[in-house]
Amino acid sequence: MKQETTAEMQKGREATEMIDEEVLERIIGKHAEKLGGLIATLEEIQRHCGYLPEEALRMVAAKTGSSLVDVYAVATFYSYFSLKPRGKHLITVCLGTACHVRGAARVVDEFERQLGIEPGETTPDKEFTLETVNCLGACALGPVVVVDGRYHSKVGKSKVKELIEGAISGDRADIDIDDGRIFPLDVNCPRCNRSLMDAKNEIDGYPSVRAIVAGARGHGLLRLSSLYGSRVTACEADILDGEETKMLCPHCHESLVVEQDCIECGAAMAAMMIKGGGKALVCSRRGCGGHMLDLG
Amino acid sequence: MIKLKLNGLEVSVEEGSTLLEAAQFYGFPIPTLCHMEGLSPYGACRLCVVEIGEGPRSKLVTSCTYPAEEGLVVRTASERVVRARKMIIELHLASCPQSKTIQDLASALGVRQQRFKQEYEDCVLCGRCVRMCNEQMMAGAIGFYGRGEKRAIGTPFDAKSEVCRLCGGCMHVCPACQLRCTYTEPEKAVCGGCANIEPPCLEKEQFDDMMCYMKPCVACEIEK
Repeated sequence: MKQETTAEMQKGREATEMIDEEVLERIIGKHAEKLGGLIATLEEIQRHCGYLPEEALRMVAAKTGSSLVDVYAVATFYSYFSLKPRGKHLITVCLGTACHVRGAARVVDEFERQLGIEPGETTPDKEFTLETVNCLGACALGPVVVVDGRYHSKVGKSKVKELIEGAISGDRADIDIDDGRIFPLDVNCPRCNRSLMDAKNEIDGYPSVRAIVAGARGHGLLRLSSLYGSRVTACEADILDGEETKMLCPHCHESLVVEQDCIECGAAMAAMMIKGGGKALVCSRRGCGGHMLDLG
Repeated sequence: MIKLKLNGLEVSVEEGSTLLEAAQFYGFPIPTLCHMEGLSPYGACRLCVVEIGEGPRSKLVTSCTYPAEEGLVVRTASERVVRARKMIIELHLASCPQSKTIQDLASALGVRQQRFKQEYEDCVLCGRCVRMCNEQMMAGAIGFYGRGEKRAIGTPFDAKSEVCRLCGGCMHVCPACQLRCTYTEPEKAVCGGCANIEPPCLEKEQFDDMMCYMKPCVACEIEK
C-alpha cells in the first residue's frame, strides 16, 4: 500500500494534465450531495494529488454547480491546501508560541540552510517541501516537526540532518489514501443510551457492535466491526442480499434507523451515538456496507 | 410591525427591516461605505455602527446587518458611536487616502487630519464589487481569496475570467476607484468639496479588460 500511494502521488505530481479524471469524479461524487462537502472534497483531492491542481478545482466547480470563485476562495483560505505542486517529502515545522520560545525559528533556519529553500518552497529536484504552521497542538513536545506525517518532538538544530535523511530513506506515516483513518468506535443506542459494544465477540481484534436486524424472512443478531472503515460483519439472521432491513437496539428494541439516506445505495441508515460525541451511520441494506461519521 | 426606540423616538418599522433601513426611513443619517442598495448587507466597513441597549449592557453593532427587534433602544449618533466612526474612517482613510468616497465620508464626520501612515491600497475590501458581480450581474467572476493580510479580491488563479462579461459593474461601484479632486497631491489635507466621481481607471491604457483591481491601480500611479 505504501509503495502504491507514493507511486500514485508521484503520478499526480508529474503532470497536472495527467490527473485521473475518473478518480476525481469519484471523489467529487462521494461528497457532492452533502452541504459543506467542499472542504472534504478538496482534502481528498489533495491527498490524492499532493496538491490542488487548477484543473481539479475547475472540475469541482463544474460538477458541484458552485462558482469557481467560491471554490478558489476556500482553497486559498485554508493554509492546509496548496495550489502549488509539492515535493515528495513534506516537512512542516511548528512556529507556535511554545515551539517558538524553544527555538523553532533556529530549526527552520537550519532546514532552510540544508535544503536551500525558504518556507513554502519546494526544492528544484521536487524532493522536499518546507512549510511552517502556527500550531500543531503538541505544545508540550515543542519544537515539533512533522516529516511525511510522522511527528518528531523536541527537535533541535542537530536533529535536522537526521530527519532529512530519515525522510529520504522512506520513514513516513502510513496513511491509507482512500478511506483515511481507521480507528475503533465505542457506540451507544441513541434511544436508551446503553452500550452496543459486545466485548465477548471480537471482530478485527476489537469488541464488535451488536444490533438486531429484521428482514422479510426473520430476524437475528448482527455483529459489525467497530473499526471505522471496516466492512466485516457477522449475521445470524436469514437476510436476502440487497434487502433493506430494520435495525433495532438489542436492549430497548427501538429502531436505530434514521431519516438519512446512504450515499452509496440510497437506503435508510441506522444511527449510533459515539461516546465522546457524534454519530456513526451504517447503511441498513444487506451487503451495501455504506457508512459515514457525523460529528456535527 | 415592530416597535422600537430610535434616538428616543418611538417608531415602528416593518418586520425584517434592518436598523439602517429604519434609521434612514425616519431621517436619521448613518454614514455607510460597504452598504449599497440592491446588494446584500455585508457589515465589512463598520462605519454604520450604532449603539443598542442601555447602560453598561449597551453595545456597538453594524446597523446594516442588525435586524430591527421589538423594544430595542437604538442610538445612531451617541458620543460613543461618533467616536468609533471617526476612528474607523480615519483607518479607512489611512489605507486608501486617494479615494474620493472615503475623503468625503471623513470630511462629513469632521476628520480633518490623520495620525496613521498612509498606505495607498487599491482596495479596502468592502466587497461591493464582489456582491455586484454575484448578485446583480449573476456572473460570479470575482471573489475574495486568501486570508488575513493576504486577503484580496480577484479572479480565480488571477487569470482572465471566462464568466466575466466585462460589464464594468465592479468598477462602477468601487469606492476606492473614485479619485478626489486633488489627486496629484495626496499628502494635502482632507478635502470634501469637489464632485469628481469619474472612475480614474478610464484614463488608463489597461482599460482593455476593465479589471482595474487586478493591475496596479491609480493608487499606485499616484505614489510614483
